[in-house]
Amino acid sequence: MSNFEPVLLANIDKPDSHTLRGYEANGGYAGLKKVVSQMKPTDVTELVKTSGLRGRGGAGFPTGLKWTFLPKDHPGPIYFCLNADESEPGTFNNRILMEEDPHQVLEGLIESCFATDATTAYFYIRYEYPLAFERCQSAIDECYQAGYLGKNILGSDFSLDVYMHRGAAAYICGEETGLIESLEGKRAWPRIKPPFPAIEGAFRKPTVVNNIETAACVKHIIDRGVEWFQSIGVPKDPDNPRDAGSYGPKLYCLSGHVEKPGCYEAPLGLTVNQLIEDYGGGIRGGRKAKAAIPGGISMGLLRDDEFDCPLDFNGPGKHECLGLGTAAVIVLDETASIVDYLHNCCRFFAHESCGQCTPCREGTSWALKMLDRIKAGRGRLIDLDLLLEIGDSIGIMPGTTICGLADGAAWPIKNAIRKFRNEFEDYIKQTNPNGHMETRPVPAMELVQIV
Amino acid sequence: MTRQMTSDKILTSEMIAEIKSYFPRYPTRQAVTLPALHIVNERLRHVPLQAVVEIAELLELAPAEVQDTLTFYGFFKQDKPHGQTRAWVCRSISCALLGGEEVLEHLCERAGVKPGETTSDGKLTLEFGECLGACEFAPCMLADKTLHKCLTKEKADEFLQSVK
Repeated sequence: MSNFEPVLLANIDKPDSHTLRGYEANGGYAGLKKVVSQMKPTDVTELVKTSGLRGRGGAGFPTGLKWTFLPKDHPGPIYFCLNADESEPGTFNNRILMEEDPHQVLEGLIESCFATDATTAYFYIRYEYPLAFERCQSAIDECYQAGYLGKNILGSDFSLDVYMHRGAAAYICGEETGLIESLEGKRAWPRIKPPFPAIEGAFRKPTVVNNIETAACVKHIIDRGVEWFQSIGVPKDPDNPRDAGSYGPKLYCLSGHVEKPGCYEAPLGLTVNQLIEDYGGGIRGGRKAKAAIPGGISMGLLRDDEFDCPLDFNGPGKHECLGLGTAAVIVLDETASIVDYLHNCCRFFAHESCGQCTPCREGTSWALKMLDRIKAGRGRLIDLDLLLEIGDSIGIMPGTTICGLADGAAWPIKNAIRKFRNEFEDYIKQTNPNGHMETRPVPAMELVQIV
Repeated sequence: MTRQMTSDKILTSEMIAEIKSYFPRYPTRQAVTLPALHIVNERLRHVPLQAVVEIAELLELAPAEVQDTLTFYGFFKQDKPHGQTRAWVCRSISCALLGGEEVLEHLCERAGVKPGETTSDGKLTLEFGECLGACEFAPCMLADKTLHKCLTKEKADEFLQSVK
């Protein structure tokens, strides 16, 4: 780890890092020149496939494999969507890449489009990132001027147009088929799969949807090669034939109760402890940690005695978390309330459920109502079992919803109540001494809350 | 209740030209729905129903199709314009752990509004936001295009002064 050389954040502190001049001064677009003059699309796909790069947006699906699902010899058009709808609470690595080094992302995007024969790419960016929008639009304009975009890129047969497309503050647009529906001008209701976007995506044509950090990784794989990429991170588990490994650098977002919150680049497999101590300067105010979210709020919590968990694609799953997610680590110190934490998670998902699938729409709202009532001192112990029942019955895993938003909503509920049941029970008993054993339905209540 | 005459067009020729400039980017007109809503919203600070009707005509859609998309995104207001400044205070977990909700409450109290409402002088709309993706600067707020970092009640008061 000591000889790890950051690449994704290598230039972000340099002046002009967001301009073409600054980017080229650091060797930018040399890889693209090599790609369009010396490589075939299948060579690039093969390179990315062999590297073992897995999508950085949360699901960790192998990127090269995703590309190979596109139909062969398709007459076109093939579309490429860059998912910059980064909205998972705690996650801001894409924002930093777009604001400080947008050409790195664009070079990876152009190379990815070359590999997949895509001729139009849409950069779907969330509304809340005005500076990133501006910087990416300027970078696109510079690329057209310099011949890195447009017709016959760098004198080759390859042509590509890239357009920015702004969202309107909806978390569900980060789900790849929700993103496609939103791009098409409709409500962002995720589609039933199959067909997968590679077969029928945007405008009913084959489409690839990749994350911003994934595109940036493609650029570095092309520049530095598969061997370099595989020398970083955690190799495949030889005892698990289904493990695809956790190769390459990763941007970890660290926030919450730490001294130095920020975005840090490290090899996949860094432990939570290492991230907090070596990068984050420890827990704020010298306090003790209580728990940490390993990768955005959909993932659940790690207790402080689980902080040796490696943040790779397998680590958090071994500690009853949903997975690595976006590698956004949010630290809760000993003063934090797990009841407040879960209320916050449930409120987020109730607000962001798109409403298409009844179990998700109703389940997330019901869970929030219960947490509202528990926080108002009218909780019943039986509510905890009811919350677990909701958690077990909404999502793709039980088979009741179209997309994974509900799984991400259910996981923090199941994880928090199973890992911190005592804290919930104590809270309910203390705040509702006369009613916590109640099993009959509780009458609806008016809650006066401003947020 | 008075009804707006349909002959009173809301979209200016400048807005129409800008909306049309997006047509070559997409294989369908419908895909220009979100760009068109943003174009109108940036100028009028809301998207009244009459604008929806006119956008639909440009995009060769039924007004209900545009209205369906508009109402899905809680972002676009329809009844009346939002304030001259529109600010979202983050209430998601990283900000909440560091006092984001208290800052929002403080701002609302000082401005005399509830989240989602506009001050009576029309200068400021205060809203809660879900994760603004700036968690290293928690608690944070996005006011128009400016990110306000590491908010305190004092900084919140300064912000209110600046939009007065």
